[in-house]
Amino acid sequence: MSDPGLREATRSGPGRVLIAVYAVFALAATARSAVQIATKFSDAPLAYVLSAVAAVVYIVATVCFTRGSRTSRQVATVSCTVELIGVLAVGTASVLAPSAFPDQTVWSVYGDGYGFIPVVLPILGLLWIRRSAKVPVQV
Amino acid sequence: MVHPLDTILLIAALICAVWSLVLLMLSRPVGKRWLLGALLLIELALLVQAVLGVVQLATTHRHVSGVTFVGYLIGSLLILPAAAWWAITEKSRWGVGVLLVGCLVIPVIIVRMNQVWSGV
Repeated sequence: MSDPGLREATRSGPGRVLIAVYAVFALAATARSAVQIATKFSDAPLAYVLSAVAAVVYIVATVCFTRGSRTSRQVATVSCTVELIGVLAVGTASVLAPSAFPDQTVWSVYGDGYGFIPVVLPILGLLWIRRSAKVPVQV
Repeated sequence: MVHPLDTILLIAALICAVWSLVLLMLSRPVGKRWLLGALLLIELALLVQAVLGVVQLATTHRHVSGVTFVGYLIGSLLILPAAAWWAITEKSRWGVGVLLVGCLVIPVIIVRMNQVWSGV
């Protein structure tokens, strides 16, 4: 079932900016992990696979928030949750066992290389899904 | 790298970021057209930088990670058109919020590009 009101509520207002930030991270993480995996995968396989996972999560979030259907909002809820767990797990692991991460991933040290935006973004994403479900559409 | 064009671009993008932030906080899209005009100028300068960058890469004797460097040059050209399109199609004041994001990405790309050029 398509719901134009819900679609607009998801991708308008602050959601517009959220999608823009997700798109930037999708582009950055995809390009970065593609170069890493293509040119020096054996240097730090774990880190580069995690970068690729992050890239996929960012692409899924960008597409789902932009589509804004009921289904894609549910997918976005799952992907934002995976993203939050991922950034917290990888962040904690990279602090406790830095030797396991010879090269940076997007989620290393909770995304300190990216201004800690990676740890804030999934929280904002989940909050936005909740909020845009309640707000009536303003025409 | 392309001095002093990259420094000028970095400062211009930051000025436009502040401009976007002010418009966002004013909660009305006053002067959005001027801002878009300024971003068009920045985009043209980014195009010049991309051409100069490729020429420099082709003529340098130092070892520079070419794929990454050209990747950033191409990436720098995509950001503002995409942000402008995504901002124009938004009716509310949050459209300039998208421009703010785009303006903040440009300095990051320029700094990273310089790091790649100097081999960091």
